[in-house]
Amino acid sequence: MSKEYVDMSTPTIEMRNIVKKFGDFVANDGINLTVHKGEIHAILGENGAGKSTLMNQLYGLLKPTSGDILVNGKKIEMNNPRDAIDAGIGMVHQHFMLVQPFTVTENIVLGSEPVKGVKLDMASARKNVVELSERYGLAIDPDAKIEDISVGMQQRVEILKALYRGADILILDEPTSSLTPQEIFELIQIMHNLTHDGKSIILITHKLKEIKEAADFCTIIRMGKYIGTVDVDTVDENDLASMMVGRKVTFKVDKPVHDFGPVVLDVKDLHGVDYRGVEILKGLNLQVHAGEIVGIAGIDGNGQTELVEILTGLRKGTGGDATVNQVSVYNKSPSFGFQHGVSSIPADRQKHGLVLDFSIEDNMILQNYGKNPFAKKGILQRDAIFDHASKSIEDYDIRPRLSEKRPAGTLSGGNQQKVIIAREVQNDKDLLIAVNPTRGLDVGAIEYVHRYIVEQRNKMKAVLLVSFELDEIMSLSDTIDVIFDGKIVSSIPGGQADENELGLLMAGGKTK
Amino acid sequence: MKEKKSFLTFISENTFIHILLSILLGFLVGAVFLAIMGLSVGAAYGRLINSVTSLKGFTYVVVYGVPYIVAGLSVAFSFKTGVFNIGAEGQFVVGAMGAVVTSLLLPSLPKFLLVPLCFLAAMAVGAFWGILVALLKTKRGINEVLSMIMFNWIAFYLSNYIAGLPGIKNEGSAEATKNIAENASLLFSKDYIKSAGVAPTFNWGFIIAILITLLVWMIIEKTTLGYELKAVGANKYAAEYGGINVNRSIMTALGISGAMAGLAGALLVMGMGQRISIFSSQEGYGFAGIVVALIGCSNPFGVFVAGLFYGALIYGGSKLNLVGAPTQLINVIVGTVVFFISISTIFRYVRYLKRDPAKAKSGKEGAKA
Repeated sequence: MSKEYVDMSTPTIEMRNIVKKFGDFVANDGINLTVHKGEIHAILGENGAGKSTLMNQLYGLLKPTSGDILVNGKKIEMNNPRDAIDAGIGMVHQHFMLVQPFTVTENIVLGSEPVKGVKLDMASARKNVVELSERYGLAIDPDAKIEDISVGMQQRVEILKALYRGADILILDEPTSSLTPQEIFELIQIMHNLTHDGKSIILITHKLKEIKEAADFCTIIRMGKYIGTVDVDTVDENDLASMMVGRKVTFKVDKPVHDFGPVVLDVKDLHGVDYRGVEILKGLNLQVHAGEIVGIAGIDGNGQTELVEILTGLRKGTGGDATVNQVSVYNKSPSFGFQHGVSSIPADRQKHGLVLDFSIEDNMILQNYGKNPFAKKGILQRDAIFDHASKSIEDYDIRPRLSEKRPAGTLSGGNQQKVIIAREVQNDKDLLIAVNPTRGLDVGAIEYVHRYIVEQRNKMKAVLLVSFELDEIMSLSDTIDVIFDGKIVSSIPGGQADENELGLLMAGGKTK
Repeated sequence: MKEKKSFLTFISENTFIHILLSILLGFLVGAVFLAIMGLSVGAAYGRLINSVTSLKGFTYVVVYGVPYIVAGLSVAFSFKTGVFNIGAEGQFVVGAMGAVVTSLLLPSLPKFLLVPLCFLAAMAVGAFWGILVALLKTKRGINEVLSMIMFNWIAFYLSNYIAGLPGIKNEGSAEATKNIAENASLLFSKDYIKSAGVAPTFNWGFIIAILITLLVWMIIEKTTLGYELKAVGANKYAAEYGGINVNRSIMTALGISGAMAGLAGALLVMGMGQRISIFSSQEGYGFAGIVVALIGCSNPFGVFVAGLFYGALIYGGSKLNLVGAPTQLINVIVGTVVFFISISTIFRYVRYLKRDPAKAKSGKEGAKA
């Protein structure tokens, strides 16, 4: 990354020795951050390392226990987001805060609308928005309603909103977590356009690849402590990963070559409709063998969600068949599928995977609460349930320890995912369906989840992996099936896949 | 934020303290009203306390409390399983009528058969009333709160209709049913009541209330059934994903809750009521069950105590006019208590916001997504 646009004179933002305590818990323990004009500065850390806490102090949502914040060399007291906005700081949250039925323009000017007398001057608002979007290459339709545009577009609206309020420093909180690869590529372009114009960007992320692609400098935080700031050009992804987690991280999962067993999952000519009743699966065919990981690569909205919902019994199909070990699980209940060999790691762990108000031990028995040894004659056997949870917490490294009786909702995202994985892997079914199993997890947890998925494969289980992370699909799959417009359009052996080729296929293009 | 816990944190973390405080505030507000009316606070509250602390007074409290306890358990059970049984009122009414009609149809059965039979009849019609609503919800997607409120009125008019039928209606001038069959009564013998100096309507109902309290606790905490129903209540999506039949669970939960509300009705008529009047307005035992469940935090033992407390207020309140205070004062107190208990959610949310505003925001957003 060339740093020709970075102005190294006075730092735009300086956070000095920031300490933030919540009771006895030290969330930030002496963190330093220096960001210059025209710089993209990444902040890297595991889930719960203190990244968001740090940024919330910069944005005036929290007050530091001690330490100073300087903007353009001047010490500033941030009491609320208003102060931060006045100081030229804008923040784009991970979860967008847009008014769905309003248009793009209305959302951007909301709260600082131009007025003519007492009337809202929408014409000049629209003009300003269009100018702004053209200046930074943030293509948007100013008259579209938010509810009608994609997540990537909504993010542009959020960025424009901050720019409209005169932000010179943009904080982007996990900006790529819900974007497609193409949208990520475009976002990085936009970020460069912005810095070339003299803006500064603080990028909160735990995706190493994006740091390498976009950032100039990177500050690493681990468990609330300042680890260091590095010039991104001088390090590689492995260096960043080990600084972040504090140990060596292996990206490569050990996947011995072996022959596959018989077909476990056989999907034939599957048809289905989405929530609006529009046909979205249009005759999908798919096979997964014992000992094989089949990765479904595709852009969101091509039928992946419906495929998984039909396979797990949550949705009725409108035609075709799906068998597991020759038994049809098509249009049956979730428990029928479970009894006949289907376990799954659902896409939305808080909605489908866990009962957040239930303790971890109770979540561990979600499918097996009625079975020996967890229940006898309809009475729950608390000792057996507790012992099962204790052992799982130990075996699957669920943190914190001794959390058997704690509500699952109190765990971090990564550990919630471990609870689900511990449960589903121990269910020991012939088919494991994993949907975005590492979404929102940090490198350490991802490594761990990947290891368990591959272990299932090595134990000759069939694995169907649906993920929007192309890297994940490419590194884990034995076979990559590309889904487009409700069908599998191409099936490629995992080792031979090429990212560009996949990207083209996912967009409905043809290769060769 | 600070090292020492704020008062707000303390009470929102400690449910028991929070409820005691709400009750205290209820009496405080009641006192303000008394003062405004120029009445002596000491005299009124003194009367209230005196009237429930004697042996006779206390047994009255128990007699009054039993239907509230069981109706409260019905509602608490529905809270725990994620359905809000606002229809307990109607189930209570049809349950009471079920018990009366059963006893009048089979008056010659021996006590040891007739009493359980009346209970069963009351529970069956109560459960039926609840399951009807559940069916409308699961088969036709009709909002259960709306249909329950309508079913409450259907129960009300049905009860009045049945009470006026020949063979059921009292032959005297009273606008009520005949008294229940002697063998269906739960009242203690006249001799015992006289010699022990307890309330004349003292009856076996409290034993049933204790048993039902234990049973509800067992079901909720110890059984796979309770696990299933709670899972559906806490997150029906995860429950369905885990293989639980969500619609069947909703029906089971409303059926059990309805059966308990029906039983509460039976306990009233077989105990202190002995007959059902032709109502001019809804009696409100089922609605009181909601209040009792709230005060008892939906915990079966908490509900038991809350039911007694409610019974004490109602009984003691009826004595207030002796010192010139209006009995409606009790409604003011109860209303205030419920108000303060209900805002516990707000207390918790405020604390959550104060701890980490960004998190509260994203948590909310996340829940929507």
